[in-house]
Amino acid sequence: MWHGDYLFLIRNLVEKDFKVRYRNMSLGVLWSLLNPLIMMGVLTFIFTKIFAQPNDKNFPLYVLCGLVPLNFFTLAWATGTTSMLENAPLIKRVPVPRYVFPISSVLSNCLHLLIQILLLLGIVLVFGRAVTIHWLWLPLIWGLEILFVMGLVLAFSAVNVYVRDTRYVVESTNTVLFWLVPIFYSFTLIPARFRGIYEINPVAALVLMMRNVLLDGHAPLGSTFTKLAVVSVVMFGAGLFIFTKLKDGFYARL
Amino acid sequence: MLIDFQNVSKCFPHSTGRQLLRTHIARWFGRVHTEAFYALRNVSFRLEDGESLAIVGANGAGKSTLLSLAAGLTLPDEGTVQVNGRIAALLELGSGFHRDLTGAENLVLNAALLGLSKRRTKELFDSIVEFSGIGDFIDDPLRTYSSGMIMRLAFSIAIQCQPDILLLDEVLAVGDASFQEKSREALVALRRTGKSMLFVSHSPAAVREMCDRAIWMDHGAVMLDGSVSDVLDAYQGRSVMQQGQ
Repeated sequence: MWHGDYLFLIRNLVEKDFKVRYRNMSLGVLWSLLNPLIMMGVLTFIFTKIFAQPNDKNFPLYVLCGLVPLNFFTLAWATGTTSMLENAPLIKRVPVPRYVFPISSVLSNCLHLLIQILLLLGIVLVFGRAVTIHWLWLPLIWGLEILFVMGLVLAFSAVNVYVRDTRYVVESTNTVLFWLVPIFYSFTLIPARFRGIYEINPVAALVLMMRNVLLDGHAPLGSTFTKLAVVSVVMFGAGLFIFTKLKDGFYARL
Repeated sequence: MLIDFQNVSKCFPHSTGRQLLRTHIARWFGRVHTEAFYALRNVSFRLEDGESLAIVGANGAGKSTLLSLAAGLTLPDEGTVQVNGRIAALLELGSGFHRDLTGAENLVLNAALLGLSKRRTKELFDSIVEFSGIGDFIDDPLRTYSSGMIMRLAFSIAIQCQPDILLLDEVLAVGDASFQEKSREALVALRRTGKSMLFVSHSPAAVREMCDRAIWMDHGAVMLDGSVSDVLDAYQGRSVMQQGQ
């Protein structure tokens, strides 16, 4: 029905999100950097001064390796889930393929992610780590994570049209994730019988691999990487399937 | 043949308003009876190449549902809808606009939504701005525009992107008198180049000027399909009768 230029359209939707978000902020993109830095400072204070832990010299870096993936994940999931509702006027009036809304919502969050990753890499250098060959893993790991989030967002944005409570489930899950993802504690502290679950959780796996590459300076574990790859591809397929099943009912329900 | 509706019915559940978990659970237990209401009932018609077809009828007759089906926004429950060619639907003008973006940014985004390529958008940019008569305000955020200016910009984008079929939902009432005259002329010019239109309007004068054929709809069904004057006479006769009662 719609024979247009997909790339041009998605680029424009991503630009729109980005411009709209930053145009009314005097500090613009700086806000994107401020939030993780403040969180990093606060968590470092709490876990080195109050709940003092051994080996706390790299703690800020350690925490930031967890915060950046978590920030991206929670924000992309939450905004992606409401993306169909937010674009309801368009969906009811313009016959564009519906996929473009959740997809471009995730992509516009990827722009913020890029800024935050640059911040993270900057801090890594500040802490005296060298650039290693293993950094080449980063685009691959992040690519899989983005694929996972896209699948998740496709599914949740579609379900949210049918059941509007979905977004509250997402918001609550996001709050809980801060504790369930090893942000301020180490993967090795997790009892062995729970580790399997952590490795399947793509956010936790991502945090783990980020620390492997950036802090420890070695390649991520093959098994963790494989699990992330499988979970991401399956999630993307499932998201696409659910979205396709539900999309014909959008018009009547928006 | 550009558009072909065959025995098309479309029904909407009556209580679609609230998509909440509570509603869904209640429905599983059978405590909510969703009545369906038919927005369209067994509608068949064709739009031939180069033809301009008016749809008239009272509010709630199913005119807008018919346009959304033709635009591919939703699927029929029964029957088939076939469309050949590129459609531009001018349904609610400016639905894709964002108030914090400038006129120019909105223009490009809207063109992309209508399916234009990057190159085509660049080519058409100046003529769209010129047609809209927005002038230097094009680089100001949309929230500083008057509602008339917003409508003019939206209309200019749609009319300049030159689709095969134009779906118009009461859009000739856009802008001030001089812009209305300009859009009317643009539509007449489009018609002369052999473009087709599906035209929903409450203005008999506009229908008479723009269309070759008309369909009168009432409560989702086609009452009459024929020449503009026959259909308008029948429709207006019916309205007068109802007012007389």
